[in-house]
Amino acid sequence: MRAIVVFIDQIDVPGTLHPTSHQLLTLARAAGEPVAVVAGPVSGELAADLGAYGVTRVLHSEQPDLADYLVAPKAELVAQAAATVSAAAVLLDNGPQGKEIAARVGVALNAGVITDAVSVEPVDGDLLVHKSVLAGSYTVAARASSAVAVITVKSHSVEAAPAAAATVPAVEAIQVAFAPASLGARVVQRTPRAATGRPELEDARIVVAGGRGVDGDFGPVEELADVLGAAVGASRAATDAGWISHSAQVGQTGKKVSPQLYISVGISGAIQQKAGMQTSKVIVAVNKDPESPVFEIADFGIVGDLFKVLPQAVEEIKRRRA
Amino acid sequence: MNIVVLVKYVPDTQFDRHLTGDNHRIDRNESILSELDEYALEAALALTDARGGVKAGNKVTALTLGPASAAAAVKKSLQIGATEGVHVSDDALAGSDASATSLALAAAIKTLGPVDLVITGMASTDGETSIIPAQLSARLGLPQLTFAASLEVEGSTVTARRDGDDVTEEIQATLPVLVSVTDQANEPRYPNFKGIIAAKKKKVTTLSLADLGLSADAVGPAGSLTQVVAAAERPARTAGTIITDSGEAGIALADFLAAQKLI
Ligand SMILES: Cc1cc2nc3c(=O)[nH]c(=O)nc-3n(C[C@H](O)[C@H](O)[C@H](O)COP(=O)(O)OP(=O)(O)OC[C@H]3O[C@@H](n4cnc5c(N)ncnc54)[C@H](O)[C@@H]3O)c2cc1C
Repeated sequence: MRAIVVFIDQIDVPGTLHPTSHQLLTLARAAGEPVAVVAGPVSGELAADLGAYGVTRVLHSEQPDLADYLVAPKAELVAQAAATVSAAAVLLDNGPQGKEIAARVGVALNAGVITDAVSVEPVDGDLLVHKSVLAGSYTVAARASSAVAVITVKSHSVEAAPAAAATVPAVEAIQVAFAPASLGARVVQRTPRAATGRPELEDARIVVAGGRGVDGDFGPVEELADVLGAAVGASRAATDAGWISHSAQVGQTGKKVSPQLYISVGISGAIQQKAGMQTSKVIVAVNKDPESPVFEIADFGIVGDLFKVLPQAVEEIKRRRA
Repeated sequence: MNIVVLVKYVPDTQFDRHLTGDNHRIDRNESILSELDEYALEAALALTDARGGVKAGNKVTALTLGPASAAAAVKKSLQIGATEGVHVSDDALAGSDASATSLALAAAIKTLGPVDLVITGMASTDGETSIIPAQLSARLGLPQLTFAASLEVEGSTVTARRDGDDVTEEIQATLPVLVSVTDQANEPRYPNFKGIIAAKKKKVTTLSLADLGLSADAVGPAGSLTQVVAAAERPARTAGTIITDSGEAGIALADFLAAQKLI
């Protein structure tokens, strides 16, 4: 069976497998034989987790260069490993790092790169990739015509499922000869950001996002998010004002989210904001200006003051649950 | 300092955008200089301004690849302040995917002699893949400092800040370097009257594939490694129920969520 390589980062996110890795491995199993390429150490626990998802072969490297430089060494590891196992496809997560590794692997292997996949189907020995383009206004199906396809897959494009029978993967260390040019961009400092304890934006079933209308006070947005188990998002106006971390920004230059429910609060709905949220299943908007463009796309809109509407909704949801 | 800034001519995101034809290409009417490239141009101009500008021998070349109409992206860049322009234009380039595009762009940059910095936006606003910067860096053998939310050059050391979800990274490289900047990096300037007049006298070079030393089958559909095989327009979202709060809207919101089985 043809090998489908899944890249697994154990440097930036060490420990257990990220949910997205489980999803990629599930996808790889449907398309061929999953081979895990791990940057960093492979603990017994990690090997068992990979085995649970049907991985029979793991190629990994713990060379320090993988951690000290930006993406180029990781891309070299992935490209070399993919060539070693004659991979038919390489799957990576769709974050900025995943996409850049994909880009460089594409150049190294002369392979077509398809990003932002929302589903990948094996069709006649080929992988057909579905994605949405032009800010969600079209869905397209694309394929790579090269010997290897490099695909970055958005979170939750596949439902993760362990293999019917667990395997015991063979773990091989490989040594990558890094090109001097790959060791050009050095990471001189890493500052971890404090965890919020809330779900990640791209993983969340529900997102509550606040904009300039919250006027510096994300309290009501966070309370509604917490009662719904939701992630907190924001417009660029709110992140630019420093009321919340830039990583919460939803939109053209922020996160693209498609949750079951997006609650837009005190956000006007500029085109750049819509570009990140209009593929949500259900959109609710709370805004005191009835002319706000967000109402053009909201399934349920409330013209009102968020500082009155949100606390009341929170109380009501709590009351119904009690 | 010799800086090349990549500028792309893209459909204006303010309007509805469309795919056309059997091969599902982007309809390029109503196009403009990509707003995300304005941050790249600003980064280049700020760096040269701080070093004595054109008089001190600094140069900012705005490079675009695209059909004849894409010359407008170069022109706008010259009006904003770029020193000169290069337009890679060849019918065979139409329909190039990221791989073929980065191949042609890398070849074009190589024709410009030694370059200190190649600066791009974080993504194009049409394809939005954001893989071109990394591919160019790989093809040119330049270190990549991508998604820079801040950028500093001291001597020959370039330092950038990159904001990830869990971690903020400070990254460093020695010139020559390829950088992509986010919309956090700066506040782009606008063209002024003086700039618009001055732009008329600035040099624009047009390069064909032959000038790049590339054959037609290395680019376009023949040289592309990916194909879009089907496309469908998503139905536009329509407005649903809108209510005005008269004191009970929070309860109505809970009702709506319950009806949707979301609570
Ligand atoms: C290159 C570029 C990239 C961009 N990328 C993004 C992006 O990724 N994401 C993004 O969001 N934006 C982005 N923007 C910015 C975008 O154009 C808008 O400026 C931004 O989305 C506006 O944010 P806002 O809706 O919070 O603020 P505003 O447009 O000021 O809207 C605030 C809203 O709050 C409402 N309001 C005020 N007080 C209350 C209250 N008490 N109760 C209820 N409602 C209230 C007002 O009626 C108003 O509609 C980008 C812009 C550019 C140029």
